[in-house]
Amino acid sequence: MEGKKEEARYTSVSLPTPLFEKIKERIEGTGFTSVSSYVVYVLREVLSKEAEEKSEPFTREDEERVKDRLRALGYLD
Amino acid sequence: MPPPHGGKLVDRTLTGADLDDAVKRSKSLERLTVSTEMAQEVENIATGVYSPLTGFMGPAELDSVVETMRLPDDTPWTLPVLLDLEESARIEPGREIALVETAAGADGRPFALMEVEELFTFDREHAASLVFGTTEEAHPGVAAMMAMKPVMAGGPIRLLERRPSEFSAYNLTPLETRVLFREKGWRRVVGFQTRNVPHLGHEYVQKTALTFADGVFINPVIGKKKKGDFTDEVILETCRALAEHYYLKERAVIAILSYQMRYAGPREAIFHAIVRKNFGCTHFIVGRDHAGVGSYYGPFEAQQIFDRFPDLGITPVFFNTFAWCTKCGGVVNEKTCPHEGPERMDFSGTRIRELLLAGQVPPPELMRPEVAQVILASSNPFVE
Ligand SMILES: [Zn+2]
Repeated sequence: MEGKKEEARYTSVSLPTPLFEKIKERIEGTGFTSVSSYVVYVLREVLSKEAEEKSEPFTREDEERVKDRLRALGYLD
Repeated sequence: MPPPHGGKLVDRTLTGADLDDAVKRSKSLERLTVSTEMAQEVENIATGVYSPLTGFMGPAELDSVVETMRLPDDTPWTLPVLLDLEESARIEPGREIALVETAAGADGRPFALMEVEELFTFDREHAASLVFGTTEEAHPGVAAMMAMKPVMAGGPIRLLERRPSEFSAYNLTPLETRVLFREKGWRRVVGFQTRNVPHLGHEYVQKTALTFADGVFINPVIGKKKKGDFTDEVILETCRALAEHYYLKERAVIAILSYQMRYAGPREAIFHAIVRKNFGCTHFIVGRDHAGVGSYYGPFEAQQIFDRFPDLGITPVFFNTFAWCTKCGGVVNEKTCPHEGPERMDFSGTRIRELLLAGQVPPPELMRPEVAQVILASSNPFVE
């Protein structure tokens, strides 16, 4: 059962062999224990950067309502 | 400002016609009575403090979080968020139920609804060993997990009304803090979590962070505490006193987090950072043995774990040890002061506590007199 779970949790992608070898060299003596863990780390970093700089997650209406409460509580003048 | 965790600020509070419908519907639903601490969790989910969660975890989410420290969609998430119930509870999957708080008083009005998707159990020992790094019940987080009722219910919740709280004037939602930070023109906001009264070391950490940030978000944890801890009221009042006398009004915001500590050390440090990201912080202060208890975690484990989350979306700021140095004439840390021995006065919580218990004002090198006065003026500053 554990094995099956692991299977669903991971999948494989193909890397050019020279790149794979380069990464293998690159991670020697670092905290990364495998090429996979390094690639996962880098991709997560790249993808999360792309997620930044989006617009604020609230509407004008939300904002006015919120500002009223913040003023009432003394957080805003 | 960082986007909310998982990309979307969750809002599960019902308003208008939806609310009217839900309130009507709630009258005929099966009820589940929950503790004040569980009601706090529901509110945290509903107001987006726990974005992207929209309800209590099901077995797949729990398994993913326990094993990988991530939600099934790969979003970092390190702690279980569970609703437990008795086997005798007449709750079935696929049904909507109404949640009532134990302390709700005589009328027992439901404050939230939940669509129960799954009922399940889990291997608590295994989960505890991964989440807390131990299965010893002397660990308060493990003990709490072992003491949970036998069955877990997973599924989304909807909030009907926010529960009254004596601290409601300091209870801001992530939406509110986000609007507030933007109105203040803060771009870099550093979050500071506390469950203690502030001494000069805390002030030093916050102000050091303020030298590169635009504002500090002081976010004391309010909720069930251990015997001997300072009371919620004293913690909040001392934070206020410190800010009032020693901070620029436009550079500090104090609001509470209603939350029960898990003492999960490194995993909880990540969780605390996620929560502050949802409030709109770009940075989060992580001290020595953050969220630790006893000697279960190494002093820097809660800092090192951040290396594993390049996609967290909030930057940790690490502080280690600091002290008052008479030779340097100020608060110092291990990188700024070469002195040792009698010149250094550590910010020992135990020592400060002893002085306060004896009715004495700690020396000004340890605690601001205005802060000490708040504690000494309280008839009982400690949890009994
Ligand atoms: Zn010194």
